[in-house]
Amino acid sequence: MSRQKLVIIGNGMAPGRMLEHLFEAQGAYDVTIFNAEPRVNYDRIMLSPVLSGEKSFDDIVIHDDAWYADNGIMLHRGEKVVAIDRDAKTVTSEGGITAAYDKLVIATGSNPFIIPVPGHQLPGVIAYRDLDDVETMKVAAARGGRAVVIGGGLLGLEAAAGLKAQGMEVTVLHLMPTLLERQLDPAAGYLLQKELEGRGIEIRCGANTKQVLGTDKVEGIELEDGTVIDASLVVMAVGIRPNTQLAKDSGLEVGRGIVTDAQMRTSDPDILSVGECVEVGGMVYGLVAPLYQMAKVAAATLTGEAAAFAHAETPTKLKVTGINLYSVGDFGDGPDREDVVLRDAARGSYKRVILKDNKVIGAVLYGDVADGMWYNEFLKSGDCVEAIRETLIFGQAHQGGGVAADPLAAVANLSADAEICGCNGICKGKIVDAINDKGLTSLAEVRAHTKASASCGTCTGLVESVIALTLGDSFEKKAEGMCGCTTLGHGEVRRLIVAKGLKSIPAVMQELEWSTANGCAKCRPALNYYLLSDWPTEYKDDQQSRFINERVHANIQKDGTYSVVPRMWGGMTSADELRAIANVVDKFNIPDVKVTGGQRIDLLGVKKEDLPAVWSDLNDAGLVSGHAYAKGLRTVKTCVGSTWCRFGTQDSTGLGIKLEKFLWGSWTPAKVKLAVTGCPRNCAEATCKDIGVICVDSGYQIVYGGAAGLHIQGTTELGTVKTEEEVLEIAGALTQMYREQGFYLERIYKWADRVGYDTVKAAIFDDLASRRAYYDRFVISQENSQTDPWSERVSGVDKHEFNPLAVFGKADAATSMEPAE
Amino acid sequence: MNANVSDLDLDWRLIGTIDDIPQQGARCVENGATKIAVFRTAADEIFALEDNCPHKNGPLSQGIVHDGCVTCPLHNWVISLSTGSAQGADEGRSATFPVRLDGRDIYLNLNPGA
Repeated sequence: MSRQKLVIIGNGMAPGRMLEHLFEAQGAYDVTIFNAEPRVNYDRIMLSPVLSGEKSFDDIVIHDDAWYADNGIMLHRGEKVVAIDRDAKTVTSEGGITAAYDKLVIATGSNPFIIPVPGHQLPGVIAYRDLDDVETMKVAAARGGRAVVIGGGLLGLEAAAGLKAQGMEVTVLHLMPTLLERQLDPAAGYLLQKELEGRGIEIRCGANTKQVLGTDKVEGIELEDGTVIDASLVVMAVGIRPNTQLAKDSGLEVGRGIVTDAQMRTSDPDILSVGECVEVGGMVYGLVAPLYQMAKVAAATLTGEAAAFAHAETPTKLKVTGINLYSVGDFGDGPDREDVVLRDAARGSYKRVILKDNKVIGAVLYGDVADGMWYNEFLKSGDCVEAIRETLIFGQAHQGGGVAADPLAAVANLSADAEICGCNGICKGKIVDAINDKGLTSLAEVRAHTKASASCGTCTGLVESVIALTLGDSFEKKAEGMCGCTTLGHGEVRRLIVAKGLKSIPAVMQELEWSTANGCAKCRPALNYYLLSDWPTEYKDDQQSRFINERVHANIQKDGTYSVVPRMWGGMTSADELRAIANVVDKFNIPDVKVTGGQRIDLLGVKKEDLPAVWSDLNDAGLVSGHAYAKGLRTVKTCVGSTWCRFGTQDSTGLGIKLEKFLWGSWTPAKVKLAVTGCPRNCAEATCKDIGVICVDSGYQIVYGGAAGLHIQGTTELGTVKTEEEVLEIAGALTQMYREQGFYLERIYKWADRVGYDTVKAAIFDDLASRRAYYDRFVISQENSQTDPWSERVSGVDKHEFNPLAVFGKADAATSMEPAE
Repeated sequence: MNANVSDLDLDWRLIGTIDDIPQQGARCVENGATKIAVFRTAADEIFALEDNCPHKNGPLSQGIVHDGCVTCPLHNWVISLSTGSAQGADEGRSATFPVRLDGRDIYLNLNPGA
């Protein structure tokens, strides 16, 4: 039996989706695709996160090579179709490939509109349309300088934010008086402009471009009013034009786009069209939701099913991290319309719902967008809202007598046909059915089967709520973020803390939209460290976000007692210190005394309430906390070096002590252990430490990135220096770079594996200015951290930690309440 | 349990004020051999649990307090402050004790809740 031949021109998101529907319905076609781009189908909605560096190309591929192979698709990459012969029913590509079709789908998409001002053809003037544009922008950003983005619409603003994130100076030129005038009203446009300006993006509204300046590349922009702005990159994001040339050449009916009926058939019934090139019902579309609806209808038409495309309002969101806006429907002014507005200047939020005849016809939300979907449901249903008009603007949580703002309850209240994923048009009922019918148990599976949250991803939380409601307790949320409280990874959180100037844990949780009220035991210690590391002079350490060991400066043991380890600088001690330790052991009945692997002494089995007194006695003998509990400097192990050893080349003990006195007290992502060994025989085992120094006749060889725990790894050489001063400077600079870049609980070797040993060497060893800058920052941080926590505690800081609040049942159960302190 | 007073009303004891416990922290009350951990959340709610994790008797009073739960310092079990039950895949329960706030004073009932 011969299968029908389906040829598709274009390999974007719309035809990709159409094929998925077609294969799902087991449509019997042999499929051939011609793609002018040399790539597989990827998610263009996600270009902005690729530009800002939050995602890579691999993250946004929708169909990989295997998908084409599995479905038996013949994909011609980089082959642009130049002719359609409708009589012979064939298409021919630029490279001379001819393919016959029974059914043809034209999905040529759209072209970016380039304003034909003088200079628009100069190198450095680009659109923002595909991966090549993103690559061009990234290369330009690496050279620095200023980028001018023409167009303050969705794409333009996403491009501006991405270029800013890549480190460029950015100016946005917008012809209209307010940003995003098609999606936002002026009030919300103002809030958005203020937010972007606060991020250092210059916005010029009402700016009309006269010409692009430059001789053989872009050098600047001149406006109609004569203003000249220097620029090394100009991004035009002013709109798109349906790409209809091929259809027009083939004699198909073309208006603004390729004209189709509601079944997506062009004027030739054997030729269909989907995507941005289409004009259906007199409209052309650029957002993904209607394009996916076209794909579904086209697949149905190809398999002989009845389906029809119907216009629907598509809500708008801006994909810039940290900016929340939502708009849907009609929000122009008019005498027959009523506005309900709620502003909260302190929170920078703005809500406006537009009513006509007591029905919702539009909504604009900025800041607090949680109720956007709820308003959109009213818009779609056309239900009368008269009964709830008074409280409508306060949102869903305020309906029905003050229901708590519980997101799960809000999702539970949604009807089965409520839209959860706007990009893919997936409603709640479809997700629930897929979970029940196919036994899905995870977000990844739900994404794979329904496409919900598979495009822009902003509805991920909602989808998870639907899964949680459907599966009940058996759903374990598999977060991709640093913990279950956020979808952001450690790297993104660190970047955003600095980029947004976040200086407290509540600020991070608010601005980065933590899904829990006060975090968890995973994220709180990490955030506390990041803030401490990034704002050393400003941030106040949050004790309640520290693991118990760091709160009480001792290591909790399996029976709830603690172990205490005083510092022995470079592994050296004295008779007086040993006597003091012996006295403490006797006085407090400490059960075990052990020599550690880090050349010091561990007192095991100390009761928590005895800790302050133990420290006090040790302090009196000059002993301080060894930070054996800390994500910080632990020990500097040494050999006896040239002082005693007949092979010793340098004073390794003395250098070890100097290093320990310089580095102690600093908080780091994970523990840091050093060693200094007096000759290459390496008795101090420097080559498996986080940082090691190997003394040689000519100086000091510095190595780092070793591990000898769960994972065993030898160190990598950083370089050799001549003086102890250089060793100290490099050790401080290296520690600081690790402090600034490491993820919480990531040891130096893992960090260096991740960022690359060459990168570290270039920044710390080769580039002296860079080394100095890291060193200086480390010194500033140390000024705020070298306080012995034991003496601080002995002097009474947070004394409550160690005493019981009350004691009953000893002498007289009825009366023995003791004062708290 | 060492408290052998049977009249429940007598077992309500004033143990201190809410200001004695740091937010997102805990303090202990000793009743004979029993240690009771009294927790204060970020929202100033007070809860009391036996200071033993159902897993390996870790001191819950030393854990990190978050969203109505405490994470045990020994093996990161997460215990609900209100029910004493282990969360997630872990199973087990620590005894809870009734507490009430009168102004800023904390009263603890030394008899464990049901």
